[in-house]
Amino acid sequence: MLWVNDIIQGILTGGMYALFACGLSLMFGVMKVVNLAHGDIAVIGGYVALGVIAVTHVPVLLSFLIVVPLMAIFGYILQRTVIQAALNRSILTTLLVTFGLSVVIENGLLEFESANTHSLGVGNSIITASFSIGSQIQIGYLPLIILGVAVAVLLGLQYFLSRSSYGRMIRAVADDKEAAQLSGIDHRHVFGIAAAIAFSTAALAGIAYGMVGQFAPYTGTDPASGALLLFAFAAVVIGGLGSLWGTLVGGVVLGVAQELGTQWNPSRGDLVGFAIFLLVLVLRPQGLVARKATA
Amino acid sequence: MSPLLEVSELTVHHGQLKALDQVSFQVLPGEVYAIIGANGAGKSTLLRTVAGLHHPTAGSIRYDGKDVTRLRPERRATAGLVMVPEGRRLFPSLTLEENLQVGAAHAREGEWTIERVYELFPWMRDRRKQRTEQMSGGEQQSVAIGRALVASPRVLLLDELSLGLAPVVVQRIYAMLPEILATGITAVIVEQDVSQALRVATHIHCLLEGQTTLQSTPAQVSAQQVEAAYFGLAQQGGTA
Repeated sequence: MLWVNDIIQGILTGGMYALFACGLSLMFGVMKVVNLAHGDIAVIGGYVALGVIAVTHVPVLLSFLIVVPLMAIFGYILQRTVIQAALNRSILTTLLVTFGLSVVIENGLLEFESANTHSLGVGNSIITASFSIGSQIQIGYLPLIILGVAVAVLLGLQYFLSRSSYGRMIRAVADDKEAAQLSGIDHRHVFGIAAAIAFSTAALAGIAYGMVGQFAPYTGTDPASGALLLFAFAAVVIGGLGSLWGTLVGGVVLGVAQELGTQWNPSRGDLVGFAIFLLVLVLRPQGLVARKATA
Repeated sequence: MSPLLEVSELTVHHGQLKALDQVSFQVLPGEVYAIIGANGAGKSTLLRTVAGLHHPTAGSIRYDGKDVTRLRPERRATAGLVMVPEGRRLFPSLTLEENLQVGAAHAREGEWTIERVYELFPWMRDRRKQRTEQMSGGEQQSVAIGRALVASPRVLLLDELSLGLAPVVVQRIYAMLPEILATGITAVIVEQDVSQALRVATHIHCLLEGQTTLQSTPAQVSAQQVEAAYFGLAQQGGTA
């Protein structure tokens, strides 16, 4: 029965990976930008939450109400300035620029916030509690809420992309930027909206990560302290590039693989996770969920 | 009457290559201005530059009395200078109706609506939930025209409507043109099928290797003159 518990824990972790991954997938789907700073954006989300809580004393669980709009604005501005300037040169330039952003963000955080780890403590409320099914399976309320949030975010995004007029424009620009321009759409604005959404979801993921674990300036990329970017990449590739629900499938597969790997040997969780990632890349490079209409 | 579209000494480079060399023309309201020429003559480059997709190295484009040479393509579209691009360029992951909705999202105030397009092409109504990639070339071309119409254009730029379509389909699409233009739309068309262009146009403009070789009306020009301008044979007469 132990493995049933592992699978359940893996699914719960997978929800958070999906939150990390969906923004990465969206930015690639819409503007073909591989945002190498995506993990660091999530970490910034965590730090901004810390600041917001310190200043306004809002409950940790509600901090996202302030953090997400702030990060959305940050995403829009960054896209319209730095990333768009890189895009105007070439797609490859965006790789260099987002890599540079990642370095700048990590060292900036180190400079202003020190290398200490932080977490977003939710206190000893019911939120840290768990309930059990049988004697072997324990489900924490907090991971369950995060999974719920991930599913809700994906559902919301799906609805937004398929039904709203902005969503339609995002899909049109993703299909054919030039044809969209000829229809009167300023693709730079649409890119900004997509980046705002991606940064918002990354911020949510960063807050969630800070609630269940700890983060530090290098958590976005450094394997020793999180490597959020790598997990997001793995989830996107396993699920299928450009597919929204693929990121959930990818996140869950990655989470379950890690849990089962940890069960096998406590230090091999990540190894098994990335082995699955490589296996999918070799056997089914399009990912488990084939690309659909949504960005 | 003042010209609705005025292109003056437009020069466009593709890298080192001079694609257009000091091309000028004027289009008055209600005209159907056809640009003809062989492959690589610069027809599509000219139309794409007018739409804002290429930047000219010299010259100017005036639309409705205003200089739009530096205006972004999406701003020209919302001002009523709307192009149907070569190869149709529909949004493949969107349904027919969504394609039209995207076209209408930033529309100028005008009489064209999605409903009106459905009246023009009645088959579209039943298939509006379909993705356009499953449709035939002629159907896709009609959707592309519809997508441009819902933006309520004053000047419609039509790039190679006949490309890749069966002659009978081309005939059918061109047969719709008078009905579309009757709503007060001025058209600039690029067409490789010269006889088709001569049939619908009020003015023709022939390009050869980026230069103007003939500007006239279909009535004033003989087949030999068009041929000479098209292929760059002896330059006797021609420019009217």
